[in-house]
Parts: sequence; C-alpha cells; structure tokens
Amino acid sequence: MADTIRPQPDRRTGLYDLHQQLGARMVPFAGWQMPVQYPMGVMAEHLHTRAEAGLFDVGHMGQVLVWPEDGRIETAALALESLIPADVLGLTEGRQRYGLFTDDAGGILDDLMFAHRGDHYLLVVNAARAEHDIDHLHTLSGIRVEPVADRGLLALQGPKAEAALARLVPSAAQMRFMDSRIIDWQGAALWISRSGYTGEDGFEISVPEAQLEAFARVLLDQPGVAPIGLGARDSLRLEAGLPLYGHDMDEGVTPAEAGLGWAIPNARRIGGVRAGGFPGADRVLPELDDGPSILRRGLRPQGRAPIREGVEIFAEDHGGEPVATVRSGGFGPSVGGPVAMALIPADISDGTTLWAELRGKRLPVTVCALPFVSPSYKR
Amino acid sequence: MLKYTEDHEWLRAEGDEIVVGITRHASEQLGDVVFIELPEEGREVAAGEEIVVIESVKAASDIVAPVAGTITAVNAALAEAPGDVNGDPMAAWFFRLKPADAAAVEGFMDEDAYKALVG
Repeated sequence: MADTIRPQPDRRTGLYDLHQQLGARMVPFAGWQMPVQYPMGVMAEHLHTRAEAGLFDVGHMGQVLVWPEDGRIETAALALESLIPADVLGLTEGRQRYGLFTDDAGGILDDLMFAHRGDHYLLVVNAARAEHDIDHLHTLSGIRVEPVADRGLLALQGPKAEAALARLVPSAAQMRFMDSRIIDWQGAALWISRSGYTGEDGFEISVPEAQLEAFARVLLDQPGVAPIGLGARDSLRLEAGLPLYGHDMDEGVTPAEAGLGWAIPNARRIGGVRAGGFPGADRVLPELDDGPSILRRGLRPQGRAPIREGVEIFAEDHGGEPVATVRSGGFGPSVGGPVAMALIPADISDGTTLWAELRGKRLPVTVCALPFVSPSYKR
Repeated sequence: MLKYTEDHEWLRAEGDEIVVGITRHASEQLGDVVFIELPEEGREVAAGEEIVVIESVKAASDIVAPVAGTITAVNAALAEAPGDVNGDPMAAWFFRLKPADAAAVEGFMDEDAYKALVG
C-alpha cells in the first residue's frame, strides 16, 4: 500500500446545491462539505427539531451492505459478531440494532447501526471512520462487503416527523423504533429506519442519488419541516446523552466506560450462549460485570458559561490534578443552559460538585446522570 | 459619532468616554450568543487586550479593548440576557471606556469604510 497522503478536496453530498439555495453555511466535516447551520440559526434549529421536525443531510455517513458468500444470513451474522459484541444472529428481519466495533485492547473503533434485510445486513457507520470500517470488514472471510456509493442519507427528526413522512409514504407510520423497511416512493426504493441521533422520534432515510434532491424538497414542503445543520445536530445529541465517536469515545475508551454496556446483550457476555469471540472480549466482558473505574456522565455547570471539549475537571476549587476532561460540551437550548459530558471516576457520585477550569478560573459543575433531555422514541 | 474597528466593534463617543459594542456582522458570524463575561469596572486595560468573553452556541470568542484606558461602566443587564446581542447589536453595549489618549479613537473607520470592509 502506498503511504503517500494526498490532500483531497472535501466531498459534496447530492444535496450540496440545495444547501446553497437554502442559505446554509457550509463547513468541512470529516472530509465532506456539510451545512453547519441555515439562516434560522443553531438555537432556533435545535428548538424547531424538538417542537416540530428537522431534516438533516447525513449523507456523509457510510452505508455498507454485508452479504454472506454462501447465501446463508447466519454466515454474515456470525462474521459480524466476530468484530461487534452484539447479538447480530438474534436480530430478526426488518429490525435494526446499535453496535460497536472493538479493538484487541477493548477500545471502541467506531459505533454503528446494523439492520437485518432478509438476505444481507445494512450497516451505517460514521463518516470519519467509513474507510477504516470497510477495511476492517474486509478482514472477515465468508462475506462480501459492498459500500453503497449511489445513495444519499437523510434524517427526519422530531414530533412531526411521522406525519410528514407518512404523507409521502403512508406505511412509514406503522414502523416502530428501530424498524428497518424498504418502501417505494415514486419508483425509488427508500431504505427507511425509525431511528436517529437527536433523542427525538424520527426516521433515517436512504434515497437513491437520482431522487435525493426531489425527495428532500418534498419533505421540506411538508408542514413543520425545516432544514437543520450539523450545529443543532450536535447540541441535540448532546442533550440526549448520545456519545459522538472521536469525542465521547474512541480507541482509548471501553464500552463500559462509555456507558454503552446496554449494546452488549447477555448472549455475548460471560455465561452467554455466544460469550466473547470479539476483539478485546477479555477486557470488555469482565469490566461489564465488575463495573468500570470511569464512566461517561453528564456535567451541569452551575453558572452560565459553557464548558467545551478539552476543559479539565478538578475535584477541588484549587490545586490538585484533573479527574476528568470534557469530551463534549456546549449550550443546550432545550435545557436552557450549558451541558457537557465527560468520563468521570465511578466513585464520584451523581450530584457531586466538581470544578471546571475555564480561562484560569475554577467554576462549579454538578455531576449528573444522562440524558439531559429524555428521549421520545416510538417503541 | 460612530466608529468601527477591524475587530468588528462599534464605538460611540459620549463626552470623554466611548461606549463599545459589536456590529451586526459580528453578531451574525458568532451566531446565537449564550454567555457574556464582562470586565470589572475601574479596570485599566491596554489596547488589544481581551476583556470580554462572548460565547455563542458554536464557540467562545473575545472582545478586545479598542484603545487603552479605564473601564468606567459595564452593561450588567446584557450578561443576564446575552441573546440581546443577536437582537439589536447596535443597542447592546458591553462597556464604557475612558481612553487614556482622547485622540486614540480618531483613527478608526467611519461607517462607509466599515461597510466596504464587510462587503
């Protein structure tokens, strides 16, 4: 493999022209040109999504199909289980789950969604990790890995998402949280899942490039639907306590530390029917039973100043060594104040006051359980 | 008379003091302002010194003292309602400053020059 790294121009999704027309401010993100906000602004976009419905371009995320070479879906399920500590085999057709790729040390390589689609699986991975994850999947035998290059991806989120989508594809209203369906819209096969990353009910919709802009425009014409940028996407997921890869978790963070033990079912745990058998199992599984020494939790600054990624957290109002570093932080528009997440020592209980060092001053923050805003998924 | 700095601050001379805020252009670039930390009254500041912290939903930035002098008053109401900066930035003043050199304000841009700068 050549080691030459050539700077490449940021890629554009199929909605680039639409974003420009809508007046988006475009920024580079994970190798893509993406809308960070529209003229409505981050605060209003965030609140609009919680009150009505927001349409997000998430076409930078990686969509990958995994096919069993022998035609047996179990073959693909077991191959995926060798990289992902999830119950892939137990997933039924038309359903989707959340999972993690782990490394040999038990760290997290990426998080993903995987859906059972009858004779194959559909995976959706983070933009910045897509290339890595595809290489990682290629280490498996018995499966064929097919990156999806000719589709965009939209997220429609918020309490009016169901009504808006059901006007175009009525059967979407029958879907429950984490259902995955292929539904026709004017001859285009939409890959729809009832999921998202905002804490709101909603859908993620994969659309063929040829119909992508037309479909996005029709959605934007529905009552209550507004275009929402990455800025609000970040504050929405932060309030919902959802971790972002590369910030709240990475190779140096284990599933238990990230508070993601729920994604690892009993079948893969010690004593389970298919215990272990994934990278780092000898670290990951005992830690799920014994409890991690640090745990991702919330921080609520007691004042108004936001504490952002990289801010150090101390146990005392002066001196000492930091006990944690903020992984994600900012202003939570629905909370009406600053919110942050960090990996906090497990022996520090919720409700404890810690101190964030900001511009040379120690400011009090309260340790709290996540999320800051309760999700409203349609289960 | 209003003057403008390259840091997108506006200055209004009132007697031997100046009142300082940020321009509409600056407030639009910042986005929704959620936190403002003002300097202490009576503080002696140098030209270019970062004396106000202003945080939007997106990022933290600073407002600098346009000229050297003494802070004579701060707009405490603005710290309580930081979003006012996005509403009417020309009314949302941050601090009053008594310049050490009364002529120091002369060199800044007038409105036409500032409009040419931000396009």
